[in-house]
Amino acid sequence: MATMEFVQGTRAAAGPAQPAASPGVRPKIDVKKFNFFYGAAQVLYEVDLELPEKQVTALIGPSGCGKSTFLRSINRMNDTIPGARAEGTIAIDGRDLYAPGVDVVALRRRVGMVFQKSNPFPKTIFENVAYGLRIGGIKDKRVLDEVVEQSLRRAALWDEAKDRLGASALALSGGQQQRLCIARALAVGPEILLMDEPASALDPIATQKIEELIYELKDNFTIVIVTHNMQQAARVSNRTAFFMLGKLVEVGDTNSIFMTPKEKLTEDYITGRFG
Amino acid sequence: MSVDADSTLRNYPPKMQPASMSKRPRQVREVISVGLLAFSAFLIIAILAVILGNIAYSGIGQVSWEFLSKSPQAGLTEGGIFPAIFGTVALVILMTIAAVPFGVATAVYLHEYTPAESPRVAWNRYQSARAGEKGKLFRHFLSAVLATITRSAVANLAGVPSIVFGLFGLGFFIQFVGRGLDRATQAPGEIHWGQGNILWAALTLALLTLPTVIVATEEALRTIPSDLRAASIALGATRWETIRRIVLPGALPGILTGAILAVSRGAGEVAPILFTGAAYYLPYLPKRLTDQFMELGYHVLILSTQSPDVEATKPLLYGTVFVLLALTFLLNLAGVLIRSRTRSKMRVGG
Repeated sequence: MATMEFVQGTRAAAGPAQPAASPGVRPKIDVKKFNFFYGAAQVLYEVDLELPEKQVTALIGPSGCGKSTFLRSINRMNDTIPGARAEGTIAIDGRDLYAPGVDVVALRRRVGMVFQKSNPFPKTIFENVAYGLRIGGIKDKRVLDEVVEQSLRRAALWDEAKDRLGASALALSGGQQQRLCIARALAVGPEILLMDEPASALDPIATQKIEELIYELKDNFTIVIVTHNMQQAARVSNRTAFFMLGKLVEVGDTNSIFMTPKEKLTEDYITGRFG
Repeated sequence: MSVDADSTLRNYPPKMQPASMSKRPRQVREVISVGLLAFSAFLIIAILAVILGNIAYSGIGQVSWEFLSKSPQAGLTEGGIFPAIFGTVALVILMTIAAVPFGVATAVYLHEYTPAESPRVAWNRYQSARAGEKGKLFRHFLSAVLATITRSAVANLAGVPSIVFGLFGLGFFIQFVGRGLDRATQAPGEIHWGQGNILWAALTLALLTLPTVIVATEEALRTIPSDLRAASIALGATRWETIRRIVLPGALPGILTGAILAVSRGAGEVAPILFTGAAYYLPYLPKRLTDQFMELGYHVLILSTQSPDVEATKPLLYGTVFVLLALTFLLNLAGVLIRSRTRSKMRVGG
């Protein structure tokens, strides 16, 4: 499933090659001159960004800076909003996902998403995780069992859920529900995981579990996480991108962004002078 | 600002009268108004109690196995009402088959596929769009217009008096569709479809029920959080897969409840079937769609207006009304039970 093609008419991303973000790590997601509009209102301006493979990139910035819009552009969840329009390219493994002929349904199976508020389906724990497989046409009970177990293990929920896979997902606690949503996203076999403030509605202990989980998942997945929590960004991410008023202000290794930001705006934001 | 309002402002705040003088009339007025309001509320209960009590008191004694299983006899002054019960049930089933899928499909289209915004907003969006986007946003605008027209058509359909539906059924289904079918399939002069029958009556009744089904279904779809739709779409589901696997299963109890309540309302209507297939008396049960049928509501009308012996018919009339009420009440009860069962299920989820 990992090799699923989402581009029918292949088209390489435009523009000259940029130096890799970190030496030896190729960019999984390559964003070039990306603009985004809601009708006449522009919300993203000329974003150029490389997101390296199997690393966690945190998107930070004040509310309304466009970081969530940017996140949702990577799996084209903004497509459903009338009047939404994208310019420029976002390429995954060198293929522009805004090129004509892209199968968005296949794209979203490669790019999983976890939402701010946990949103399990009103089904059993098992059926929540199996959902993506079932719509993919997989009926074989052995395959389903195996993938459900593997996904729940990866989402650190297996030990808590293995004895009640047939119970309603809604009976789980908030933190467990969010980990279930992560397991559900993992079951489809994505390479990239988008997380939109995944812990903002959780208590500190549940938040810590999610953060530990993100830290483990980055060995296998390219993760992009939007967060309002500076400490969280510092704890879980390898790289941090700071957005403001729709523009990418600064991007770099998380340590250098937090210790020695190059831009005055970044420094003001992370030290809490605004935002 | 008018002169009146001006002077009111100038005299503000008003000089208060001594409390002892104003208090009593105000208290009296309070008691009178509360009394009047409570009286109208209790009046409702009283009216219902008198209707139900009267019918139950005089009707329940009539209900026997014989009454439920026999045909009317001796010019409707003796015997039972089995053909009318059978006809009512058959009619309601046919009507449900016609109205519910059609109504649910309309509601799903309206709620899941047409824009949530008004045509005006969609038009403004279209006008401010760039050349490349115009086509897409114009289709979006047309879709918003279609949704608005459909919704007001549904609302207006709900306001049409039921006798008009009856006349429409006669004109459209019998005269137009039925006669047309006969002309195409039967020998000249032979009438097969071009007269009242249980199919045309059920379809006419379905039209009457349709707005209620649509509104109830849309209401049920609205209760499904958009988070769940987003989650499904983000997992690579198409819109239709999301509707089929997430939205419809979640909305199903609400849809069923709405459908049952709509059907039970339709089941008591006489006007739509008056000209479209209900029979005064039939010696046989309807077996084909082209057969006429007896129906409880219509039977009540016949018993109370066409009987040769009013006094002899009276007990039968009470019994028939009682059975009709009991059937509708059972349908309503089923709807309420389904609704309360799902409510408690939702609450467990928290």
